[in-house]
Amino acid sequence: MSHASLNVEIGRIRDLAPGIREFSLRRSDGADFPVFSGGSHTVLSLPLGERVHRNPYSLLGDPSVRDTWRIAVRLQEASRGGSRWLHEDAREGMRLDISAPVNLFALNRTGRRHILVAGGIGITPILSQARELARLGADFEVHYAYRAPEFGVFADELETLAPGRIHHYVQSRREQIEFGSLLAGRPLGTHFYICGPAGMVAASLNAGKSLGWPDSHLHSEQFLAPSGGEPFDVKLALSGHRFSVPSDLSLLEAIEQQGVDAPYLCRGGACGQCELEVLGADGELIHHDLYLSADERASGTKIMPCVSRLKGGCLTLNL
Amino acid sequence: MTIAFKPDETFRDDYTYRNSPAAIRRFPFPFHQDQYMYSVNMEPHAPGPAGSVNEHAFDIDEHYIAEMRDRAITLERDPGRCVSLPHMMDAEWDTLELLMESLARDYPDLFVLNKDGERWHWVNKPLGIDQSFTFGDAATLPCPPFEYITRQTQGDFVIMDQRNGDLFADAGMITSQADWSLTFDVGMSFMEWHGPVPLAHELGVFERALKYLLMLQQGRPVRRLNWTMTINPRLDTAPETYPEWGQDRASVTPDNVGAKVHLRVELQTLFRLPRSNGMLFSIRGYLASMEELATYPRWARRLNRVLGSLPNELAEYKGLVRYRQTTLDWLARHDDGAPLAVGTHPE
Repeated sequence: MSHASLNVEIGRIRDLAPGIREFSLRRSDGADFPVFSGGSHTVLSLPLGERVHRNPYSLLGDPSVRDTWRIAVRLQEASRGGSRWLHEDAREGMRLDISAPVNLFALNRTGRRHILVAGGIGITPILSQARELARLGADFEVHYAYRAPEFGVFADELETLAPGRIHHYVQSRREQIEFGSLLAGRPLGTHFYICGPAGMVAASLNAGKSLGWPDSHLHSEQFLAPSGGEPFDVKLALSGHRFSVPSDLSLLEAIEQQGVDAPYLCRGGACGQCELEVLGADGELIHHDLYLSADERASGTKIMPCVSRLKGGCLTLNL
Repeated sequence: MTIAFKPDETFRDDYTYRNSPAAIRRFPFPFHQDQYMYSVNMEPHAPGPAGSVNEHAFDIDEHYIAEMRDRAITLERDPGRCVSLPHMMDAEWDTLELLMESLARDYPDLFVLNKDGERWHWVNKPLGIDQSFTFGDAATLPCPPFEYITRQTQGDFVIMDQRNGDLFADAGMITSQADWSLTFDVGMSFMEWHGPVPLAHELGVFERALKYLLMLQQGRPVRRLNWTMTINPRLDTAPETYPEWGQDRASVTPDNVGAKVHLRVELQTLFRLPRSNGMLFSIRGYLASMEELATYPRWARRLNRVLGSLPNELAEYKGLVRYRQTTLDWLARHDDGAPLAVGTHPE
């Protein structure tokens, strides 16, 4: 899918903490950025040598500031190149294509109270959600967990936004969020939002469910990086392309390298936009996404090519 | 393009509404082929040819002033035709911004918008409105922002809130609907709202449409056409006023069918809204009488075939049963039975 894309120039790069960098972006044509809602992200197209690598990053700044967008990037230890490029090769003044804002982690505006939880770099969408709730005069609180004091990179900005409503949990001080007590005894109409490491998200959702929270009031966002894996072959039934997916490319990236226009949005296994129909799988489908239901996985007829792969011989897709 | 408005035409009582030849020519005739069935017939709302109803994001035509007056009459009689739930205020401002920016950009001779930060100045020349206000401060407008701007824009509007993987019709300005009630539907989910539509659920149309719409992106609006038929060029065909217009369905005779029976086409467009992450659903209606459509023989032939082969459930749902045969008898006189190529073009 060809996307409404914006060409931007990297304005300012700030090192916030070891392994965490903030980027300010400005539009190359000098125009205003579109307004976005709290929890939105943009997809950056990064020039990694021969290929374009696309990564989603949450927009953490103030949407009423129309000339600048801000994102923060943590260097992933197992980076496939995206976060490494942004940490090692990106320079102020460089130009990039980025997507229009997309929100897969929106606030529920009918909520009476909002509990926001961030783990580490998961603070980025939480920050824009908190900003929106503050603007709306809503009832909310933020719980911000990080490894050590120097990693609480947006603590001051949050405090300014919502004085007295920010709770800090510093791992090096053995402070930890107890989700059982955080989520217990909350009034009806409370919504819970979390962005953070997979284990933390799972623990919070399990706590919520065991306390009787309805799924509709538990919100989370995680973007998965494609994990790579064994190479496999692909046949596209409609376009007739045949090719191999090497171990360091996702299925979606390999399809795009063939010049085939495939749909996508988040590229992180969350949104469902890139869903493809599997016509034949000579091997086992390795699903990594957060989108397909257990039944859909079991049917063996669907795959999210942004993060999922085949373990085996040849995958035939209706594309 | 200068639009020659017809400010005095009416959509009630003496029904003086008529289309100019130019308006007939640009009528969004919806039938590509001789049979009609529901489908997820959505496509990008990209700018269409100059003069077409898709040229601009929101179409303003010769009926603008008269339609806005008819809306004002309907609202005066029943203020409940404009509803907005309390959590929709950001979406109201989103809508005002989208409509004002689009109209001022696309019709600079008619609408002017100047901004100085949050201080906005809006001029609507056809309606003689000159308004300074503060964006985001509803107290600076004579009525809430959604009502304010939709009293000045042709077509009905629904704003949907997106939550729980669903879309909820949480605000609306509905004064020209095809027999559905905003008061009844407000707050409903997508499936609840579409509950009464026959056949389409079984085809999986709404499931696919919802999935598609949940992923709608900013700056990439989509559109589709829908249709029904209306007796007399009447905009207010709401359940609330059924006693005023329902009986008209029994008034169609072989002598008056050509002038009385109207094809009513809705150009439906959907826009992702930026602050609220909601979605604006614009339902822009066009009315043309059988006589007006038959000025293009191709359209009369096509409509004869579509109406003749329409499944009974659909005819029942659209309220056509009572006058379908009379209309078909009239259209049949314009249909030589020769094969028609696929397409909606008039000639």
